[in-house]
Amino acid sequence: MEIRSKEFKERAVFAIHDASLQQALGKARGGFVGKRAQQAAELPEFEQLREEAKNTKNHILDNLDHYLERYEAAVTAAGGHVHWARDAKEARKIILDICKRVDAKTVTKGKSMVSEEIGLNEALIEHGMEVVETDLGEYIIQLAHEPPSHIIAPAVHKTKDQVSDLFEAAHGGPRKTEVADLVNEARRVLRDKYFRADVGITGGNFLVAETGSSIIVTNEGNGDLTQTLAKVHIVTSGIERVVPTLDDATLFLRLLARSATGQETETYTTISTGPRRADDIDGPEEYHVVLVDNGRSKMLGGRFKDMLRCIRCGACMNHCPVYGAVGGHAYGWVYPGPMGSVLTPLIKGLDNAYDLPNACTLNGRCASVCPVKIPLPDLLRELRHMQHQQDITPAMQRRALKVWRYIATRPKLYHALEQVGARFLSAIAKDGSIRRLPLASGWTDVRDLPAPAGRTFLELWQGKRGQK
Amino acid sequence: MTETPIRGPRVGLFATCLMNVFRPNVGFSAAKLLEDAGCTVEVPANQTCCGQPGYNSGDYEAARALARQVIETFENYDYIVGPSGSCMATIRHDYPVLFQDDPVWLPRAQALSVKSWELLSFLADVLGATTSDAHYDGTVTYHDSCSGLRGLGIKGQPRTLLGEVDGLKLKEMEDSEVCCGFGGTFCIKYPEISEKMVEDKVRNILATGADTVVGGDLGCLMNIAGRLKRINAPVKVFHTAEVLAGLADGPGLAGAAKESD
Ligand code: SF4
Repeated sequence: MEIRSKEFKERAVFAIHDASLQQALGKARGGFVGKRAQQAAELPEFEQLREEAKNTKNHILDNLDHYLERYEAAVTAAGGHVHWARDAKEARKIILDICKRVDAKTVTKGKSMVSEEIGLNEALIEHGMEVVETDLGEYIIQLAHEPPSHIIAPAVHKTKDQVSDLFEAAHGGPRKTEVADLVNEARRVLRDKYFRADVGITGGNFLVAETGSSIIVTNEGNGDLTQTLAKVHIVTSGIERVVPTLDDATLFLRLLARSATGQETETYTTISTGPRRADDIDGPEEYHVVLVDNGRSKMLGGRFKDMLRCIRCGACMNHCPVYGAVGGHAYGWVYPGPMGSVLTPLIKGLDNAYDLPNACTLNGRCASVCPVKIPLPDLLRELRHMQHQQDITPAMQRRALKVWRYIATRPKLYHALEQVGARFLSAIAKDGSIRRLPLASGWTDVRDLPAPAGRTFLELWQGKRGQK
Repeated sequence: MTETPIRGPRVGLFATCLMNVFRPNVGFSAAKLLEDAGCTVEVPANQTCCGQPGYNSGDYEAARALARQVIETFENYDYIVGPSGSCMATIRHDYPVLFQDDPVWLPRAQALSVKSWELLSFLADVLGATTSDAHYDGTVTYHDSCSGLRGLGIKGQPRTLLGEVDGLKLKEMEDSEVCCGFGGTFCIKYPEISEKMVEDKVRNILATGADTVVGGDLGCLMNIAGRLKRINAPVKVFHTAEVLAGLADGPGLAGAAKESD
């Protein structure tokens, strides 16, 4: 997927004025946030689990090479194949080669953010394959020719009406308007594709080193059909998704559903280990795992290592007021919201996504719900620091900061200017506020500026108390 | 024989930039609350800004320059107290991080960090204040400013103390913990997003029917007050300290009256 994060501002403004988007976002926000809070409250050890998950992830990341080797050995022992992809291009090539080798015509896909990250669909379609997204949300946006706007609810930006229209256009009438009817219609259309599929591609929520298994969680069971009915199953996953044991996986599973959708557990949790064995009644003939690096090992050694703990639950975006205002598409690439604002500049380049780390109030709500306690605001600030150091920050802002520093480290000058400012603003105010201030239109375009009283606190205090 | 009075702690009051320029009354309210609680309050003249604008803009060098100035100015007080969760969280949490590789300044930053307090948290958590003798006629809703809430754990303290104010009725708004869209330079760099956020905040405020909104950070309060004023909503905006000190008698932020003297 081409990155369009440079257009963040324009896309954000557009999104704010899109009435149906706002309607869809408003609905989703309330649901996710409330349900997660309830789940967290109902589980006394929830906070403890977060701490444990953080520590376990840190341990994994400190020993990532070890666990990945163990994982590879276990997958191989179970009859599967592990492929290593340094970047998106390599990953696409590996998958294309497999698909071509088995002469794939139809490829079904369970939801996989890594496959979005590596631009897989476009590549498969370009090579003449039919690609069918089987997750309902992904299916909807595939019909709409749009990228996902949320990592667990890809079509969260669509209203029910828009879905009705899309389905009517794609499947023919009569137009369905009930959610249940729409779901059934999608199910009917997809059924047939599962059986025709040559290759089924899924993500991997967790990769278990001890057993060589991949675990996926879904609410629709579509992932199960995708990975068991096709001749070939390909798992695409980031290298950081490995966990040592099945026990460890359950720790994260307990946090994932609660944080993501506010469910105790997702409806389907499926563990796959290798291809179909002789006495299995179903399953793929081939089982492949494509482990994608794509910038991750670089993060491992640096200040953004914490970001690799991410289990892709989406809680940070559900709780982000900026995401809530502009939706996922404004961010311009695969990963939106707080986690995307950290990942996108790291994967696609700091200067390709200047706004993402900056369009944040650092309010910290994301970090307060992140199940693996990633200090997202600190990481965003760190990215600003790197932008500053690399002169990516706009020249105007850099100059302003220089001037500010010069003045603020000279208290007498600073106070003198504050006094001038207070008097000036007080003088031009009407009814206690200022409606328009040319140099501060960013402020006054949307709200009044409360007027100062005239003299500064320090002046008044020294006048009254004469203190130094 | 004369009795030596037990001297309360000597507090350096951190006069935040916004308070200094836009709302001196908050400073006097803070001083009154601290003095009523037995503290000796001083306002060192050498102070300017805590450095957060530099820090959050990624200019760590500028932030360090300001931090050193704050440390030098306040390190000899028993406490540094300020009526802002945002500035005080910077001093408490960010200063030690800024100097983590500096063997000279790190201990000084840490020493100041542990004696830095946001006003309400200081009154309640350090001085143990549980009552207020102030009076305020009105229904008040409280906005949780993000840095105070998530950075410093300020949630119950202001509510407890506001609940003690005679005549004051506290009414919670929906999503009181959600950011108002101020965010320092954010609100100027991304005005449309900020507008959407403050719009949501103001809608929740108005839905309570409260006639007053209070909070602990002037940045948020100016944002909220400015928006309320822009849409002509007759809701008064005060800093929590003004209400608790009994000095919330004017029209509030963005209100009509000017300094009278
Ligand atoms: S950063 Fe944390 S909250 Fe956000 S998706 Fe990742 S794990 Fe979930």
